[in-house]
Amino acid sequence: MAEPPVIQVEDLRKQYGPVRAVDGIGFDIARGATCALLGGNGAGKTTTIAMLLGLLLPTSGRIHILGEEVPRHHHRVLPRMNFSSPYVDLPQRLTVAENLTVYARLYGVLRVRERLAALRRDLDIDAFFQRPYGSLSAGQKTRVALAKALLNEPEILLLDEPTASLDPDTADRIRGILTDYQRHSGATLLLASHNMSEVERLCDQVIMLRTGRVVASGAPRELIHRYGRKDMEEVFLDIARGIQSGEVVE
Amino acid sequence: MSGVSPRRIGALALRYLYLLRRSWIRIVELAYWPTVQMILWGFITRYLAGHSDVLGQAAGLLLSGVLLWDILFRSQLGVSVVFFEELHARNLAQLFVSPLRPIELILALMAISLIRTLVGVGVAVTLALPFYDYNLFALGPPLAGFFLNLLLMGWAIGLLVAALVLRHGMGAESIAWAAIFALAPLCGIYYPIATLPDWLQPLAWVLPASHVFEGMRAVLLEHAFRLDYFLYALLLNAGYLGLAIGMFLAAVRQAREHGSLLQSGE
Repeated sequence: MAEPPVIQVEDLRKQYGPVRAVDGIGFDIARGATCALLGGNGAGKTTTIAMLLGLLLPTSGRIHILGEEVPRHHHRVLPRMNFSSPYVDLPQRLTVAENLTVYARLYGVLRVRERLAALRRDLDIDAFFQRPYGSLSAGQKTRVALAKALLNEPEILLLDEPTASLDPDTADRIRGILTDYQRHSGATLLLASHNMSEVERLCDQVIMLRTGRVVASGAPRELIHRYGRKDMEEVFLDIARGIQSGEVVE
Repeated sequence: MSGVSPRRIGALALRYLYLLRRSWIRIVELAYWPTVQMILWGFITRYLAGHSDVLGQAAGLLLSGVLLWDILFRSQLGVSVVFFEELHARNLAQLFVSPLRPIELILALMAISLIRTLVGVGVAVTLALPFYDYNLFALGPPLAGFFLNLLLMGWAIGLLVAALVLRHGMGAESIAWAAIFALAPLCGIYYPIATLPDWLQPLAWVLPASHVFEGMRAVLLEHAFRLDYFLYALLLNAGYLGLAIGMFLAAVRQAREHGSLLQSGE
């Protein structure tokens, strides 16, 4: 019997007054999948991720994560998930070690010292481990944020623009870390991104949003073929500009 | 060397005026501190002028008042300012996607407030000995009751301020400093509640701190511990703290509805 999806979203809506930020979207994500949530600015990606995390209450609709109803029981699944975003931060005056120790305790990590040692090695953060978080470069901060997101070895990792504003070298290292983690842990990754080459490299599933609605979904190669384009960049531009409507899921 | 440009100075002044215009709290704050100081010292003067019998003990009354007042002040800041640090650090969303529950956040804020209060007031109490030959512990066991009630009231105000900031944004941050001093003239820190005008006294008696400071004067002037003051203060604190926790949790829920947890600090 097939395993049920680890993330199930049905008819999800979020409305701010007259503005429909998310307008009746639905999708399933299987265990171990790496899924991209794509769309232009204001398409509803961050809003969707915030609702999956329980940071934002939906206006209506249903979310099930790891079999639990969210946001009603989001505290049951939060220890098994984690999150990273350039739009949130860690306390600037605490050192990297202090920040990660605090979050390791919040997530109930049992062997904190061993876990931190593994992350220092895997994410190459040893050189600045005792430095205040606020004194780090953007690339170093991203690696620390990712270390925080991997502290509890999450079954589901939600990433909002994981390589935004990073130089190509650092961005490539981050992608390598994510690929390694996904491969050895079998975790499910959901990432919002504007970087289409990243999506092609990392993801086996894509959900395209426009004005709060799912306008296309499928594997990257399948979408490229469906739209008759050479890469995801061109597919993205078509969909974002509404040149080709694509297949409306629902 | 290029000269000073009135236009650039004006532009920057305009930037601050825009900020001021957008926040009624900042406008009120301009007149707030002078008014509070005037009211507070006006009542102290009135009390001391009319009670020459307590002048001999005035130093003890004033020092006990100021040290106990600091317990209230520090415990309130220990909750609200520590919470603001999370907002300034844009760390709130990280906390709320962790398994941390809002009630656990509240309890952690209370714990750190207790530690900060003990350290902060402890230093002042210790220094009062060599400087003024004054020992706050001379109040005896009632001091524990005073400390407890002032701590609880500080937590309640701190949580209410944190809830307001969560709801209205960082523009409301100055309430953290202003709120407690708005209550100072009413609490009877340096003079009995009877010194206040008749119409203000009922308002003073609904504040737990008023019962604490009356209790303090009873210990210092009558050498008696007034259990009734202690119990009234405890009862009032139970109500205010319950209300404050409820309002903080409601503010968190509202922030989840409006998406402001993700935007906090920006």
